[in-house]
Amino acid sequence: MKYTLSVLVENHPGVLSRVAGLFSRRGFNIDSLAVGVTEDPTISRMTIVVNGDDYIVEQVTKQLNKLIDVIKIKKLNPKEAVERELALIKVNANSQTRSDIIQITEIFRANIVDVSKETLTIEISGDEDKIEALIELLKQYGIREVVRTGLIAIERGNKVISKSKSEEDE
Amino acid sequence: MAKMTVARAMVEVLKSEGVEIIFGIPGAAIYPFYDALYDSDIKHVLVRTEQAAVHEASGYARTTGKVGVCVATSGPGATNLITGIATAYMDSVPIVAITGQVNSSLIGKDVFQEVDITGATAPFTKHNYLIKDPKKIVKVLKEAFYIASTGRRGPVLIDVPIDVQMQEIEFEIPKEIDIPGYKPKEKGHPLQIKRAVEAIENSKRPVVCSGGGVIASGASQELQILIERQKIPVISTLMGIGSIPTDHPYYLGMIGSHGQKEANLALRQADLLIVIGARLADRALGDTKITDNMKIIHIDIDPAEIGKNVDTNIPIVGDAKQVLSEINKRISERKDFWAYEIKAQKKVLPDDDKLHPYDVLREISRAYNGDYIITTDVGQHQIWAAHNLYIKEPGTFITSGGLGTMGYGVPAAIGAKFGRPDKEVISITGDGSFQMLLQELATIKREQVPIKIVLFNNTRLGMVYELQKKRCTGRFIATCLDGNPDFMILAKAYGIESMRLESKEKLKEAIEIMKSHKGPFLLEVVTSPDEPTIP
Repeated sequence: MKYTLSVLVENHPGVLSRVAGLFSRRGFNIDSLAVGVTEDPTISRMTIVVNGDDYIVEQVTKQLNKLIDVIKIKKLNPKEAVERELALIKVNANSQTRSDIIQITEIFRANIVDVSKETLTIEISGDEDKIEALIELLKQYGIREVVRTGLIAIERGNKVISKSKSEEDE
Repeated sequence: MAKMTVARAMVEVLKSEGVEIIFGIPGAAIYPFYDALYDSDIKHVLVRTEQAAVHEASGYARTTGKVGVCVATSGPGATNLITGIATAYMDSVPIVAITGQVNSSLIGKDVFQEVDITGATAPFTKHNYLIKDPKKIVKVLKEAFYIASTGRRGPVLIDVPIDVQMQEIEFEIPKEIDIPGYKPKEKGHPLQIKRAVEAIENSKRPVVCSGGGVIASGASQELQILIERQKIPVISTLMGIGSIPTDHPYYLGMIGSHGQKEANLALRQADLLIVIGARLADRALGDTKITDNMKIIHIDIDPAEIGKNVDTNIPIVGDAKQVLSEINKRISERKDFWAYEIKAQKKVLPDDDKLHPYDVLREISRAYNGDYIITTDVGQHQIWAAHNLYIKEPGTFITSGGLGTMGYGVPAAIGAKFGRPDKEVISITGDGSFQMLLQELATIKREQVPIKIVLFNNTRLGMVYELQKKRCTGRFIATCLDGNPDFMILAKAYGIESMRLESKEKLKEAIEIMKSHKGPFLLEVVTSPDEPTIP
């Protein structure tokens, strides 16, 4: 099963390597890890997708909490969170296939962000399934390259994860 | 605000933290700090290898409860600290390690004596820092001491480039430390404490497993109140030895693969296991299935330890002393001590004409009546010591329990003696372990540290030799230490008095000679290679 963890960390150099290092040395698998600065420039947010059972997620959470740079961790319930991933897909396109690819792109509400004589580059954002579905459809034309950001997620409604509300800690 | 160099500011913060002693070796990347140290009252102990510096700081920290401080230069100086830092991490010992680093403009260029020591030590430091901004040094050093000495204690490393050490800053010590991601939880949850009290009172065969956390939190008295009121037998991990006196009527001994039979028997028969300040690693517990049919209460200040190795029914995150005090406020009296029968089965050791290690250790216990600090190395002698020495007070049995670091004992004894000069300090070692850091005899000589070294010499790496005997049908490889020096001549070379003990009839006399000698002393005990770890 996949779990999404939203982790607030201090925006210091080396924090990412501490977090990633912790996963590898404890034998936990990260499905994806996305990181960026928050509304507070001293704090970054990591969205980590972990594959495992309850024991693994509990251990991951506890071990992450031990890191001094980690301020807060919250396990997100997929039903109560908006989850998005961004992908760039470079696909083969010639005069015969080009219009089909453009149609598929429109159906998926994706954008064509670069065009060459032989390729189209498509930008798509959405949950993992949507991106997988587009990639699957584009495979028949020959995918040259895929770049994915990994998942980012935020809770629905007015809930926030901030460093001041420690009672929200999981 | 006074202006001063970063190096001087570092010394000023150390003084403000009450640091009296530092263990280390200077080098080109740390010389400004050393130069600043010249003008201070802080004593510096020059060791002979950086690994010993951490172990000495560790021995000092474990006997005084203060933070141990060690210093090394960049590159090889820093990497030589690694084993000692990992040792301190595994045993939760508060250490601040300061390393010099190459000029900040050269970092990442693989210049002479450069190493990414913060990257290398990240997995086994509680936290570490590379200082790039000189203005941050004071705050970082204060934080380092705070992090090392609170919550689950552990080592913190600070790497300071040489150019940073030489820069001038406005010196002001911050009054408060606030680290958003670090808020150790000391008080146990009241509901969990209530559940624990009920579970203890409703159990028929409760057992306490006491770990190093009991000693670290100073919870020994609270532990004794609980076990005496509820008449609970106590078993300990290697790190927990001394958490209650080893002659306490309810103490059954150490558990695990090298533990005592009666302790392991009690664990198997328990219906409730109360784990306090222990992580129940593989050596302590072995097969985790043995806990399947019992309830487990786990008290630990580190939430990550709870449920890591065994499933826990009642987890309590908090400081052992505080949690036990709360439990004791609510707990009732019990009538029967259920484990008397187990205790009665205590194995009687063979009494023959041969000189066995347990004879020596028991004679040391008798002669000193437990008024000592013991440090051990790692190997057969460590287990002999754990089983046979009388340990009267918490924090007087110092050993590398978690990492099992050979070479730990003698430097830890040096640090312990600096920390507690009023106490007799005896280091129990083996010929394998002793030779891993024997250059510290030079530190003993230079500083005239009056420690006693009891060296069990069986010319073997005994633990592995024993393993090969049992598991490899006697196919012994690389465990015979042919080429050992004459340890008495070696001691003489360092100006240390020594004696060799080979027979049982000389035992009392030898211990008496060692005890009455004022300075450092080496007692070499000639031991049979076939002496088992557990007779």
